[in-house]
Amino acid sequence: MRGAIGLSNSSMLSIKDLTYSFSGERPIFQEISLDVKSGEFVSVIGASGSGKSTLFKLITGLLEPEAGKIRIGQQDSKRRLGQVGYMPQKDLLLPWRTVLDNVLLPLEVKKEKSQEKIPEVREWLARFGLADYENAYPNELSGGMKQRVAFLRTLVTGRDLLLLDEPFGALDSLTKRNMHSWLLGLWGELQKTVLFITHDLEEAILLSDRIYLLRGNGIQELKVSLPRPRISELIYQSDFMAMRKELEWLIQHER
Amino acid sequence: MKGNLKKWTGDYGLFLLVVILLVSLWQWIVKQGMVPAFILPSPSAIWASLIDNRELLFEEHLPATLKEVLIGFGFSLAGGLLLGIGMHFFRPVEKILYPFLVISQTVPLIAISPIFIMWFGYSIWSKIAVTILTAFFPIVVSTYDGLKAGGKEYRELLQTMGAGRWMIFKKIQMPMALPSIFSGLKMSVVYCVVGATIGEWLGASEGLGYFSRRMSGNLKADAVFAAIFLLSLLGIVLFLLISLVEKQLLKNQNR
Repeated sequence: MRGAIGLSNSSMLSIKDLTYSFSGERPIFQEISLDVKSGEFVSVIGASGSGKSTLFKLITGLLEPEAGKIRIGQQDSKRRLGQVGYMPQKDLLLPWRTVLDNVLLPLEVKKEKSQEKIPEVREWLARFGLADYENAYPNELSGGMKQRVAFLRTLVTGRDLLLLDEPFGALDSLTKRNMHSWLLGLWGELQKTVLFITHDLEEAILLSDRIYLLRGNGIQELKVSLPRPRISELIYQSDFMAMRKELEWLIQHER
Repeated sequence: MKGNLKKWTGDYGLFLLVVILLVSLWQWIVKQGMVPAFILPSPSAIWASLIDNRELLFEEHLPATLKEVLIGFGFSLAGGLLLGIGMHFFRPVEKILYPFLVISQTVPLIAISPIFIMWFGYSIWSKIAVTILTAFFPIVVSTYDGLKAGGKEYRELLQTMGAGRWMIFKKIQMPMALPSIFSGLKMSVVYCVVGATIGEWLGASEGLGYFSRRMSGNLKADAVFAAIFLLSLLGIVLFLLISLVEKQLLKNQNR
C-alpha cells in the first residue's frame, strides 16, 4: 500500500520561494516553499483570507507569481494551464449537460475522442455510485452526488496531480462523513497525488499524509503519522485527538 | 390532454374572458351609435371586412409583408450575431462599433426611412432596410451582453483544463448566452413587423402596411383595422414560434 510510508521519491509539485501579492497590498505569500511527492495526499489549511484558493490559482497557472518558481512533475514548463486536475469549491457542473457529458468535458477540451473513453468512464461512474445517473442532469442530484461527479470530472483530466479546493465544504456533516469513508476506501486504487484545501481540521488529519498550515504570509509543515489504510472512525482515537489539539493550538496562536 | 386543457384555461382563461368582455362592450357601443362607424368600426364590421378582402389580404398583402419580415429578420439575425460575437472577441471592434450602434437607434426611424426609399426605390429592399434598422439592435446587444455575462468561474475551470478562447466560447459562453440571445430574438421579430409596416407606409405597392394606408385614405376604417389585426397576429405568431424553438433548445438550460 502507498501511504505515509513507502512513497516514491519523485517530486510531483515543487514551489520555491513563492511571493505573491494582490496589487497594492502587502504580500499574501512571502517566499514560501512546499513540496509534494508523487502519491502523497497533502492538505493546506488556514484561516479564511489566508490565501488558500490563491495558492491553487497560482499552481494551476490562472495567476502568475511575482517571484519564485512553481514546478509541476519533473520538467520545468512555462505553461502550467492544463497540467493539473483542478476541482473548484463549487461543483460548477454545466446544467445543460448530463452527468456523463459533464464528466467527458475535459476530454472534449483536450480534443480527445471522448466517445472511445465512454466504457472506461462508465466503469468509474459505477465505482462512484453513479451508474444509474449517467443520463441525469445536475439538478436531479444530491449535493454529495454532485461533488462526486465534479471529482470524477477532475479525474478524467488524466492529470497525476489533483488540486481539490474544499470539495466537501458545502456538504452537511453526515454527507461529509460518508464522502470521507468513500474517499479513504478509494484512495488505494486511485494512484494520484492530491493537494487538498480545507478549513476542517478533522478532515485534514483524517485524509492527509502531511498538512501545510498557512499562517501570516508564511507556511508551516506538519506530518500526520497515522497508518494507512485508514477508516473514518479514526477520529475517536486518542492519537487523532492529540493531533487535532496541537493543530488547533497552532492556528489560534498564529498572530 | 385534460390536464393540458386545464392548465391552458388556468393560464389564459382570465385574459380571454376580458377580451370577450371588451369586444362585446365595443360592439355594443358602436351599435348604439355612440361613435360613428367611420371613426371606430364595430368588431363585426372589421371581421366582415376581413372576410370581404380575404383574397387581397391573404394572397397578396400578407405574403408580401411576411417576405419583408423574414428577409429582414434573417439579415438582422446573421448580422446581429456576427457583430455581437465580433465585439466580444475583439475589444477594438467593440470600442468602435458600440457608439455607432447606439446612434443608429437614436435616429428617428420615420425621418430616415424616406432616405432608404431614395436609395433603394420602391423595391422590397427599401422595406427590408427599415426592418433591419429596427430589428438588429436587440440581437447585437443581447448577444454581446449574454456572452459577457458568462460565468468567470466556469471560464477559469476550462482554462485549467487547457482550453483556449474558442473552446471556452463553444463549451461555456455560447450555451450560457443563449437565454439572453433568445430574449433579443423575441423582441427583434416583433420589431421586424413594425419596421416592415413603417417601410410600407412610406412607399410600397403591396403589403399590409401599404393596404392599411390606402384604406385609411379611403376612410375605410374597418379595412384599416382588419389589416392592423392581421399585422398584430403576425407578430404574435412569430413571437410564439421563437418561444417554441427556445423551449425546445433550452429544455435543460435553466433547470
